Amino acid sequence: MLVLSGLLVVVLGFAFRVNPLLVVTVAGLVTGLTGGLGFLKTLATLGQAFTESRYVAIVWLVLPVIGLLERAGLKERAREVVTGMQRATAGRVLLAYLALRQVTAALGLVSLGGHPQMVRPLIAPMAEGAAERDVHDIDDATRHLVRAHAAAADNIGVFFGEDIFIAIGSILLIKGVMEQAGIIVLPTRLALWAIPTAIAAFVIHGARLLLLDRRLAARNTRAA
Amino acid sequence: MITLEFLYRLMGILTAAAALINLRDRTNQNRVPNASFWGLWSVSFLFGSYLPDLANGVLILGMVAVATLRGVRAGTDDSTTSAERIASARRWGNRLFLPALAVPVFTLLANATIGHLTIDGTPLVQPKQVTLVALGVATLASLAIGMLMLRPPARAPFTEARRLLDAVGWAAMLPQLLAALGAVFAAAGVGAAVSTLASAAIPSDAPLLSVAAYTIGMALLTMLMGNAFAAFPVMTLGIALPLLVTGMHGDPTIIAAIGMLSGFCGTLMTPMAANFNLVPVALLDLPDRYAVIRVQVPTALLLLVVNTALLYFLAFPR
Repeated sequence: MLVLSGLLVVVLGFAFRVNPLLVVTVAGLVTGLTGGLGFLKTLATLGQAFTESRYVAIVWLVLPVIGLLERAGLKERAREVVTGMQRATAGRVLLAYLALRQVTAALGLVSLGGHPQMVRPLIAPMAEGAAERDVHDIDDATRHLVRAHAAAADNIGVFFGEDIFIAIGSILLIKGVMEQAGIIVLPTRLALWAIPTAIAAFVIHGARLLLLDRRLAARNTRAA
Repeated sequence: MITLEFLYRLMGILTAAAALINLRDRTNQNRVPNASFWGLWSVSFLFGSYLPDLANGVLILGMVAVATLRGVRAGTDDSTTSAERIASARRWGNRLFLPALAVPVFTLLANATIGHLTIDGTPLVQPKQVTLVALGVATLASLAIGMLMLRPPARAPFTEARRLLDAVGWAAMLPQLLAALGAVFAAAGVGAAVSTLASAAIPSDAPLLSVAAYTIGMALLTMLMGNAFAAFPVMTLGIALPLLVTGMHGDPTIIAAIGMLSGFCGTLMTPMAANFNLVPVALLDLPDRYAVIRVQVPTALLLLVVNTALLYFLAFPR
């Protein structure tokens, strides 16, 4: 059970808002040490795992393109497009993106989204631009709320869309784990049974996005 | 054959450029720590495969020490001004979206094609790595389109990437470090220990409690481990199969499908899922580290209740 002390480090570290890099490193070291590896062996294990996980950082290769386009006014253009459409409120823009993200992920097009390539340069400026137009004297807290919602729409869309696609990693993992236990499950049936939750996710989060619009509108009445 | 090593070289060049540009930026008070952080990461990308494990571990300690003690802070950027951007946006209009949308489109195209290419019978791309190589190829192609279209100074891709890397800061490296922690957890047998705990803590044989133990357990363990994939085998083999499938004759397919989705509810609520919940905070310049999680928690909790109900009503013979 001592091996679980690494998890304890994680919980305490995040609860007390210690720098996450430090939390994770200490958790790794503690796990290795309580597992009886000794300091040098633990550090080597962590180093090896870190090196083998470099593929996780490949997403950052997109930064030169995004930076180049931001330099040429991509965010400003995204803002302008939405500001011109009176009916496109912040909540509705994000609702449309949630739907798009869920449907494309369900078709296996998971790469059609993501925080560095879609949310930062396009979706967040669009939603923020709409909120700026609709809320008089918008404050920073409201801007930040709208941006956080842009990131959330991306996450919720992809999480509860991708499992409807039969060849996605999580479906294959489920199939593998169940097979080890001697139970054969069909990817098509797994994907089918992801649909009720996907619909619920869209209804729940969609309703919350429309409520966000009402909250933004309420800030105007209070100010007037 | 193109392998991930090719992409690591590209990342190595990118982070090395960020380090050098920072080092020469005298307007940034924090230039030396910034340069050290990106420089150490670039060593890991360029030479990680050839260095001994211990040396790679020391690289991590170096990066974490710099990030914790001195931080990574954006300096004055040498990008375009706000006025220039507005003028440029007017000039280019919706054509600006083309290179941005080219990234996902090329990724899909490359994903569908490069796996089939062979040279003298050897596959051009390492088969297991097609998805990632496709992403890398797509970003290069989109960058080429952007450069040809906008004709910026030749150094712009590097200075702009450095501006964005500095803006994201140390959070850029966190998802990779978490993946490494996951591997250490697995090697040390954390999953097995949790499994023992979980089966000891199983509630009575009340059906709804057993169902809730699985769905809520999936969410909680996912929050601890940072991803549902690590939690799924532990909770499914430990709770779902003995209690829900063998004990209550539930349909294993429905149970497993909804169990995984309950785990995803946990992913929405944990800082351990850094690439989804903490990286956007840095990318969107939000002051509250947990801003995205805060927005997601109500949806995640409601959806967890829905999943528990769906599992309870759909998976068992009536």
